[in-house]
Amino acid sequence: MKILLMGNPNVGKSVVFNRLTGADVIASNYPGTTVEFTRGHIKIKEQIAEIIDVPGTYTLEPTCDAEEIAVEMLEKGADKIINVVDSTNLERSLNLTLQLIKRKIPMILDLNIYDEAVHKGISIAVEKLEHMLGLPCVTTCAVTGEGIKGLVDRLDDAAVSDLNYVDNDKWKKIGDIISSVQTITHRHHTFIEKLSDASVRPFTGIQIAIVVMLLAFFIIRIIGETLIGYVLEPIFEKLWAPLMLKFSDIMGQQGFLHDLLIGKLINGEIDFGQSFGLMTTGLFVPIASVLPYVVAFYLVLSFLEDSGYLPRMAVMVDTLFHRLGIHGLAIIPMMLGLGCNVPGVLSTRILETQRERFIAATLLSIAVPCMALQAMIVGLVGRSGVSGLIVVYITLFFVWVALGMLMDRFVKGRSLEIFTEIPPYRIPYLRGLIKKVWVRIKWFIMEAVPYVLLGVFIVNLLYTFGIIQYMGKIASPIVTGVLGLPEETVGALAIGFLRKDVAVGMLAPLDMTWKQLVIAAVVLTMYFPCIATFSTLVKELGVGNMIKSTAIMVTASLVVGGLLNLFL
Amino acid sequence: MSKIVSLNEIPINTSGKIVEINGGRRLFAKLEAMGIKIGDVITKTSAQWMKGPVIIRKGNTDVAIGYGMAGKIMVETSGKGRLTG
Repeated sequence: MKILLMGNPNVGKSVVFNRLTGADVIASNYPGTTVEFTRGHIKIKEQIAEIIDVPGTYTLEPTCDAEEIAVEMLEKGADKIINVVDSTNLERSLNLTLQLIKRKIPMILDLNIYDEAVHKGISIAVEKLEHMLGLPCVTTCAVTGEGIKGLVDRLDDAAVSDLNYVDNDKWKKIGDIISSVQTITHRHHTFIEKLSDASVRPFTGIQIAIVVMLLAFFIIRIIGETLIGYVLEPIFEKLWAPLMLKFSDIMGQQGFLHDLLIGKLINGEIDFGQSFGLMTTGLFVPIASVLPYVVAFYLVLSFLEDSGYLPRMAVMVDTLFHRLGIHGLAIIPMMLGLGCNVPGVLSTRILETQRERFIAATLLSIAVPCMALQAMIVGLVGRSGVSGLIVVYITLFFVWVALGMLMDRFVKGRSLEIFTEIPPYRIPYLRGLIKKVWVRIKWFIMEAVPYVLLGVFIVNLLYTFGIIQYMGKIASPIVTGVLGLPEETVGALAIGFLRKDVAVGMLAPLDMTWKQLVIAAVVLTMYFPCIATFSTLVKELGVGNMIKSTAIMVTASLVVGGLLNLFL
Repeated sequence: MSKIVSLNEIPINTSGKIVEINGGRRLFAKLEAMGIKIGDVITKTSAQWMKGPVIIRKGNTDVAIGYGMAGKIMVETSGKGRLTG
């Protein structure tokens, strides 16, 4: 048996799905999160049914990609539909319900977020609604789990409604239903609603945005630094290092295999930053340097997503983004990109036109450093004070704005205006939030660690066979001449294609000046996407556009790197 | 006295009844999907500086739309309150 879970975006569908199945679904408080659908299983009276979380849609006459996917999935057929509706927005929700009724698939209506409706002074005569729609109706509050059992118990009652209407009278029909089942008691605005309005007003909105960003930055730093300083570094230094030293003794402290696994000993000790063995630096970089910041970042980002702040931020940045040929919602790919460029590029799908996606994806891969890269840059450049970091970030921001403006001028095609629902602020559903952070971290570990190890492995090969020295000679006119960097950075630039965090790690032993560190950090961020982002870009943009995008990256990084070399 | 003006011409916190949507089929469909259609009373709750997005509210639904789109939505207001333009 196949059950589809359908409803408007942001009505708690994914939370209902989580409650029903316990599977890993990412729910966010902005429209279009479940662009790729998710399936799970549920046991109803000894029978196993497949349940599919369909991307949220406002209508079956698609106006965007997510909605098209939803309609396609419906067209493949189903045995039952659970139509999840937002009880605080019944009128709007019934639009989809009435369209679904015409598909003649047995359906049950789940009035979710019922507690909030009660809170808002909205009362719904459920039995009357059941009668008028000809569908079983249940009330739930998925976040607390209330009513979920009732939903499962009544799944068997799912019915094909005999409600009839002509399309032109659809809204009249909805109006009739609403006026007979819903009563609204007037009440005063709550603090949350006032805050909600303030966060999209021009003056207060900017202040709130700045506070939110500063807080986010501060919290990420605190969590990241605490995890590194008090948990992971001690584990590596006190437990792992002695073990590796013993291992090194057994292997005779030298030889190809020793250098590959343990790396070079520095003054007879293991230096996790510089030894560059698979089991030393290869594990230390992703787990002790990068992972803590990734965890911190995803905690904060997931909270921002689930609270409903991001669409408000989209409104606040819309005017600036417009100058770059994209609209405010592109803040979502940019923010995701700060964690990892791959999900960032994937989420450019929330933008409608090819042009917008091209501009957003290019800007993202060129000037938005992922958390892994940032963690390493902070470690390396930050060693000689914050001033270098400030120069790196300001440069990247200017590149981002300038390139966006250039692309807006020269990239052909059409960009659209923002059009997005601003969902109410909600207190994140803790279990869902933790699950989401966990899914993202798991994904990071599966993706990053193997690539970092491969990167370290290749670095060893390149050094052992003297290939890096050879490459350095060839590339020195550009690397030394234009960018003012030592020849050895060529190795880092080559490895940066695989993993940028490893590349920054390779710079650590080079003894570079403040200026060289800044240039290297900026160029490494900009010059080329890492292999994971590269293949995602090819998939999302197509080969032709990818070549264009790459040409922009290489040119821009040389120009910017050269300028920094001239003027710093 | 009632006036018919575009959404961009009414001050924030003003309500109006939608009498016409001058955009193409796309804008019409997008608004309808959100449950906003001709004849509905909506409130303009916010507008950003420099022709930034406008936020409209109907019931418990808030929608942010571009300045250009807002200019295509004609509303009838009671004429009370300050009208700009």
